[in-house]
Amino acid sequence: MSSTNGSTAIQGTAPSAETIRFTLDGLEIDARPDETILQAAERHGIEIPRLCYTEGMRADGNCRACVVEIAGERVLAPSCCRKPAPGMEVRATSERARKSQRMVVELLLSDMPAEAHRHDSELDYWARFLEVGRPRFAPRPQPAPDASHPAILVRLDACIQCTRCVRACREEQVNDVIGYAGRGANARIVFDLEDPMGQSSCVGCGECVQACPTGALMPAGLAADAVPERKVDSLCPYCGVGCQTTFHVRNGRIIQVEGRNGPANHGRLCVKGRFGFDYVYHPERLTKPLIRREGVPKDPHRLLDPANPLAAFREATWEEALDLAARRLREIRDTYGGGALAGFGSAKGSNEEAYLFQKLVRTGFGTNNVDHCTRLCHASSVAALLECIGSGAVSNPVSDVQYADVFIVIGSNPTVNHPVAATFMKNAIERGAKLILMDPRRSELARLATYSLQFKPGTDVAVLNAMIYTIIEEGLVNEEFVANRTEGFEELKRRIRPYSPEAMSAVCGIPAETLREVARLYATSRASMIFWGMGVSQHTHGTDNARCLITLALITGQIGRRGTGLHPLRGQNNVQGASDVGLIPMVYPDYRSVENPETRAFFEELWGTELDPKKGLTVVEIMDAAKAGRIRGMYIMGENPAMSDPDLNHAREALASLDWLVVQDLFLTETASFADVILPASAFPEKTGTFTNTDRRVQLGRQAIDPPGDARQDLWIIQEMARRLGLDWNYGGPRDVFEEIRKATPSYAGITWERLERESAVTFPCRNEGDPGEEVLFTERFPTPSGRGKIVPVDLTPPDELPDDEYPYVLITGRLLEHWHTGAMTRRSNVLDAIEPVPTAYLHPAELARLGIEESDGVALETRRGRITLAARADLAVPKGAVFVPFCWVEAAANILTNPALDPFGKIPEFKYCAVKISRAERVPQGEAAIGEHELATRA
Amino acid sequence: MAYPYRHERETRILSEYFGDPEARRLAVWRARGGYAALEKALNMGPDAVIEEVKKSGLRGRGGAGFPTGVKWSFMPKDSGKPHYLLINADESEPGAFKDRELLRWTPHQVIEGALIGAYAIRAQHVYIYMRGEFFEPAQIVARAIEEAYEAGLAGKDILGAGVNIDVTLHLGAGAYICGEETALMNSLEGRRGQPRIKPPFPAAVGAFGMPTTINNVETVSTVPHIIKNGGDWYRSFGTEKSPGTKLFNMSGHLVRRGNFELPLGFNLKELIYDVCGGIPDGRKLKAVIPGGSSVPILSADEIDIPMDYESVARAGSMLGTASVIVMDDRTNIVKTVRRIVEFYAHESCGQCTPCREGTAWLVKILRRIESGQGTEADLDTLLDLGRNMTGTTICVLSDSAAAPVASSIKKFREEYLALIRGGKGSAATVAA
Repeated sequence: MSSTNGSTAIQGTAPSAETIRFTLDGLEIDARPDETILQAAERHGIEIPRLCYTEGMRADGNCRACVVEIAGERVLAPSCCRKPAPGMEVRATSERARKSQRMVVELLLSDMPAEAHRHDSELDYWARFLEVGRPRFAPRPQPAPDASHPAILVRLDACIQCTRCVRACREEQVNDVIGYAGRGANARIVFDLEDPMGQSSCVGCGECVQACPTGALMPAGLAADAVPERKVDSLCPYCGVGCQTTFHVRNGRIIQVEGRNGPANHGRLCVKGRFGFDYVYHPERLTKPLIRREGVPKDPHRLLDPANPLAAFREATWEEALDLAARRLREIRDTYGGGALAGFGSAKGSNEEAYLFQKLVRTGFGTNNVDHCTRLCHASSVAALLECIGSGAVSNPVSDVQYADVFIVIGSNPTVNHPVAATFMKNAIERGAKLILMDPRRSELARLATYSLQFKPGTDVAVLNAMIYTIIEEGLVNEEFVANRTEGFEELKRRIRPYSPEAMSAVCGIPAETLREVARLYATSRASMIFWGMGVSQHTHGTDNARCLITLALITGQIGRRGTGLHPLRGQNNVQGASDVGLIPMVYPDYRSVENPETRAFFEELWGTELDPKKGLTVVEIMDAAKAGRIRGMYIMGENPAMSDPDLNHAREALASLDWLVVQDLFLTETASFADVILPASAFPEKTGTFTNTDRRVQLGRQAIDPPGDARQDLWIIQEMARRLGLDWNYGGPRDVFEEIRKATPSYAGITWERLERESAVTFPCRNEGDPGEEVLFTERFPTPSGRGKIVPVDLTPPDELPDDEYPYVLITGRLLEHWHTGAMTRRSNVLDAIEPVPTAYLHPAELARLGIEESDGVALETRRGRITLAARADLAVPKGAVFVPFCWVEAAANILTNPALDPFGKIPEFKYCAVKISRAERVPQGEAAIGEHELATRA
Repeated sequence: MAYPYRHERETRILSEYFGDPEARRLAVWRARGGYAALEKALNMGPDAVIEEVKKSGLRGRGGAGFPTGVKWSFMPKDSGKPHYLLINADESEPGAFKDRELLRWTPHQVIEGALIGAYAIRAQHVYIYMRGEFFEPAQIVARAIEEAYEAGLAGKDILGAGVNIDVTLHLGAGAYICGEETALMNSLEGRRGQPRIKPPFPAAVGAFGMPTTINNVETVSTVPHIIKNGGDWYRSFGTEKSPGTKLFNMSGHLVRRGNFELPLGFNLKELIYDVCGGIPDGRKLKAVIPGGSSVPILSADEIDIPMDYESVARAGSMLGTASVIVMDDRTNIVKTVRRIVEFYAHESCGQCTPCREGTAWLVKILRRIESGQGTEADLDTLLDLGRNMTGTTICVLSDSAAAPVASSIKKFREEYLALIRGGKGSAATVAA
């Protein structure tokens, strides 16, 4: 038996004993045990028509375009669903099979619109393949287009009822919006209860668009004849999930984004990743270097209009702008010392940009005053993780949830903030995993959760300590793991005594028995995993919260295996990587302390210069120092502290008080309002670099388009600044920088640029070339001095600012699905801003009623630090006594209100809790004016 | 009790008590020997029950005629999973009305048969999936289930034998397709009622993903009689390959219409002219649909055949549910076929292209021909379409729509041509 064509043999095929040999149209071919007839044929280069089948999606067998004749069977079989049996005789091209395939295509073609909705309709392809001519059947009356959704145009005249969109929506994304209604020829795709798409519960992920073979579902505004000239494999620029994308480019412009089969997304995307790419074409993009005009004051209470930068700035050449920007920084350094300077890098930039930026600050400024927004998201988580288990990154990737029997999601709203990761969680639940959701806000995942614990805001430690207490009291501790892998358990046993569920119930508002049940469920399952987000970290007790989660994993042994572990869901697309390569004031690349003389010596050697032996200041500390005059000059690349820091009035005053501020960004951001020089930079698709996602996967983003006008790539700008600060740098491009990162960061040392180009993603730690990369950490030991995981008991600490008679409500800030972070990008995406254009505060309907506020009314929020007005929205997810506000609205910046009190270990501000008063307000800010002129908040 | 019609040539096993409301009461039913078979079965053991049913040669009465004992033997013996028995009481095919009568008059006969079947296949739960429009039968069966539970015949520890079998009545919501066994399972589970691809077969992955058997009402109704009297006794009726008796549901242009229980193999011509009294008003016979609307039409000169599975198939049609629709010489065949196809077009679940699109096109073309707008090419299109709707889809609804079209064009082509050529067809008026 050797008739298999050698040229089609696939490397790594299972041994022949496990393959199934059958004949297809007289040709003997081998199928793998899990392959269908269609897949086996495909692998051997034989095409069988198919419409409802597409790779990566459950085969449904409904279109019948792939039917084949099997010897001995009366009915033609769908080759997409049927697996071959040994010796089976299959005919895909017999007269009967071909006639049936053609009839299917002819019937479907007869109802197609005269002009195809997309140039690459799969139906047209198979019609040509099968040589189906003009259909004999006249088209039936067709539904009108539905243009109600800003992102997706629905034209069901091209629908072939293949239900790929239904499966995409229900089985992949588990959004359960699209359904198949009616029967017979009246069977049709519907959204919810046959609502217009734009009024349905659709979250705009566009998975249906990507699944549609005919263009019945299309990105709104994409012309049918818009054939891409190039397709560039890259990444999504938004969250830490790290979805791989393909940019479709025509005439030098991105016309469409599609999900690519990356390890973190399997082809899936969310509304931002798929439709939020047009910010790069926003008219407010900066295309020339800008220098502040003489005499234009920096008013902390009056932001500049980003549509009109020339009111305050004049255009300059790169030469002039760079010279001036660097000269003034140099002067401050030379006059006051490096400690008078600071730099904020960005978790949105590449590893190479982050690495060069911190190197510039450390070697060019001569200070460790370099930080970025990791300080504002997971600094406390990282502090606890480093302290207890010696590593700040996740122990297991998100995809491990498929191996978990139980998983906890606490202080995280992944359907909004990590939407594609959420789809895999939802898939796991559909498969039978149990979700324990813990959050004061009852988020969308509650719909699928086994337990949803809506505890009182700020009482995380009470909930978690009660669970720890239960596990110990009820004998659910993994004694062997505790004995062999941990330290500090005896101390925990003593310290946990006051925290019985019965005692904690009154504190957190969860019945004691429920606390016990979830503790048992987590402790006793075969594999339990914990995910958390900012709800855990952004508290003055954020580090304590994370310590509790680590303790839960350590005392139950739910770590170090598939489907277990600790996963703080990373926010920005490269917050992991930016931290890994040293964009942190206290550590060099790979989290090595700046205060360790050996480490310092290593970097002094590598970088060829003396280094500051003191750790630098963190984000909020730098702002305080600026206000106090101790920091005089700053270089800020792609960060927006004038929106993202707590107590914005203070932060803006600090920025305004700087002697010299250089901002490198895409737009005249709120922070750039206070700049002396603005350097127009490149957006994500305009450059190449590596990015590290929440799973510790280093992935390659590739340049798809050029920066507009005179805007430049960030790596070039940093290097030009460095040269003017006296550094003799000569990197040819990101690849050169990456080679140096490998030297500076042992965890990355084994990752080669070639491998990234080939595989698109490599997981670190990958210490030696050829290492596979470790997806699951701590299988044998923890990277602590003792090799053991350290259990750190914690006590209850109340939030810093509790509600009182004057400020009786709790303010919780966070994000929206459609708007990223401070909105600099997404508010400038037409699609995303069309979906959520108006600043909104979310309150429980009962609270709205109590306050006498109707939905859409204006609502004023006031704290000890400031006041904003927004539109009210009723939301059952928000607990009574609280209000939720996303921090993306420049017109009503939530961080005007927030409390800058810091967690003592992670130095992270308490964004998730402060006292606020709420009243009805007349004026509701209008979305249209969002980025234009706006009334600015003033101190209350 | 004046049940519509009785005939001396009938062999009444299933239908003995049709027309007698007393038979619905458990006490009366037990006094007449009801549930004795269940007691006997519980003493025989599951495998012996299956063997006895195998021996009887009983074939499924839902239309396909698959041997019931063999079907039961497909169920795993020690899967460790819950097993289910589903009773298909979703009788909805035009022309079929036998299960309805079994449910209305002899609910305990159905329940007893179902319990024996469940015991044989080691199922802990019976679902009777009943057509939603069967309002009266549903009330009767629900009451009978209650009585069975009260008497310890269903639920926990049946008849003290340590066997637990629950019986649940579930009403459909008005879709013919839910009578297809895998669509029935989907509907029962709360999903959209559309057939599933096989394999896997229900005995491996059925309702709720568990091993499942689906039996027709008439099939399980027969089981107590087989257990009581033995498989050999049952074989004394009917033919070698089609043993036993069958309810023939007779409708259309007949002097006597209704259910008549006769041994399989009974001559169709005698059934029409003797048992049913022939065609009224001195009209002539034109055509017969022998097994429900989904089977090919026979012309008047094709009816001298035994009504058993093999013989009807040999004549180019199918025994199906033995729902015989008789048409006299006033019948407009094209209109009749169009109305049948409209039914299937309406009931298509809409998942497979050939059925969803094909049934709609059959209707459109038939309407065109009927209204005098058709062409001879339309006949070729109908036949081509029909061929590609046969054996190409997940279930056989598509085949069912195509069958009467193809057979009527073959046998009554002149009627189609007369309409196409501008005439009014060979029939002056239309059947009621």
